[in-house]
Amino acid sequence: MIRHLLSAGDLSREDATLVLDTAEEMARLTEGRAVKKLPALRGRTVVNLFFEDSTRTRTSFELAAKRLSADVVNFSAKGSSLSKGESLKDTALTLEAMGADGVVVRHSASGAPYRLATSGWINASVLNAGDGTHEHPTQALLDAFTMRRHLGELSGKRIVIVGDVLHSRVARSNVLLLATLGATVTLVAPPTLLPMGVEQWPCEVTFDLDAALSGADAVMMLRVQSERMKDAFFPSAREYSRRYGLDARRQALMPPEALVLHPGPMNRGMEITAEVADSDRSVIVEQVTNGVYVRMAALYLMLAGTAGTTTPEEAA
Amino acid sequence: MSRDLNGSREVLDGDDIARALTRMAHEVVERNKGAADLVVLGIPKRGVPLAQRLAGRISSAENVDVPVGALDVTMYRDDLRLRPARALEPTDIPAGGVDDKIVVLVDDVLFSGRTIRAALTALEDVGRPRAVRLVVLVDRGHRQLPIRADHVGKNIPTSLAESVQVLVSEVDGSDGVVLTQAADQPRADAEVLP
Repeated sequence: MIRHLLSAGDLSREDATLVLDTAEEMARLTEGRAVKKLPALRGRTVVNLFFEDSTRTRTSFELAAKRLSADVVNFSAKGSSLSKGESLKDTALTLEAMGADGVVVRHSASGAPYRLATSGWINASVLNAGDGTHEHPTQALLDAFTMRRHLGELSGKRIVIVGDVLHSRVARSNVLLLATLGATVTLVAPPTLLPMGVEQWPCEVTFDLDAALSGADAVMMLRVQSERMKDAFFPSAREYSRRYGLDARRQALMPPEALVLHPGPMNRGMEITAEVADSDRSVIVEQVTNGVYVRMAALYLMLAGTAGTTTPEEAA
Repeated sequence: MSRDLNGSREVLDGDDIARALTRMAHEVVERNKGAADLVVLGIPKRGVPLAQRLAGRISSAENVDVPVGALDVTMYRDDLRLRPARALEPTDIPAGGVDDKIVVLVDDVLFSGRTIRAALTALEDVGRPRAVRLVVLVDRGHRQLPIRADHVGKNIPTSLAESVQVLVSEVDGSDGVVLTQAADQPRADAEVLP
């Protein structure tokens, strides 16, 4: 298993399947049990280092670490020395001095977790919880986990990802992971919201949503990230919604068993209508629940054991 | 009944295992004065098929359904930090739970006792059984913790240089218990380690 989780593209098919299988067991070990805590990470320290606000992801990681009995420290940029101008390096050295075993990092700059993991500042495992417009690997893992629970093995399945691909780290991570798992991914977005070099991604690209929906096993709607948009990428919200929004008419074009996913938070009425978001094909709330299991699996696999080889000490 | 197989020695064959399981099934029933409130839980990997066979024998002897499941102890091991992270095996607690039941834990080999210690902690998180009993196919000695099995298929005194490998047809394709010199034994699969 890899030591740091920086990109969904770093995961081999075996590693990705191991994380998903482990998440399945995490779900079975905690669902419906009076005692939801497991002792695997007792005495280990996980730091949530959030340079960008994210209640959902931070809470999910925090809960996952706590369910595994780790000690959790939350650092957020606001109100810490980070707002006084402390650098990433100094923060890393502080965390190292405090004895962090795992660092979950969210940063507005693409590549910040990679820098943290490879610069030699810290020995802890680094988990990327979203960096700029680059990647969000645990989100892709939880999406894959959710789809696998409903659709079975993802090999050969057709997944359609719709919307603001340009600003979405979720889309990139999903394309990489789903391709690794053998699924066929189709991106649907206005040409202005597609990143440079998208033709090299392991997926198909189209501008016609209606045509893409008919063969889909799952449709993932992306949030229109207006806070990241410094230019006009489309004429109006209404125009976007009409061409790329998922409403009841479009849902009817999908096969009856197809799933609707959204990484949240949703702009209801923009990329997805309330009717579709609350329909019985929507697994949006389930994605949040599954996020905890997937993050438990990632934390367990990366922090519970040693990176070394088996010791001669035996236990039976 | 020991046979030499390329330096390793088969100390129990399939028939021996079948007889040992039948005897232990009857011992469990006798000790429990019937099959009431029994829940049989196997410890993965090879404890699970053994638990299913044991439960099947108890069921047919007493003509009742005995709930059977699996209890993975990986998360509760005390050696997690000493090895690379292990993949989790399925845990499957029967629908009725274990509260106020007599839980029969089943494992293939009893050695240091650490797996059973982990199982007892794992069980604590699942519920509160009235009693826990331990059934093992092979007790090879060398205990590191004060743990003793209630029912043993076969006591096999071993040296620490030896390794005991239990084979079950569900996992390995055939039944048997093989004794080998541990040094010759590949150590890839932790479940077959002594």
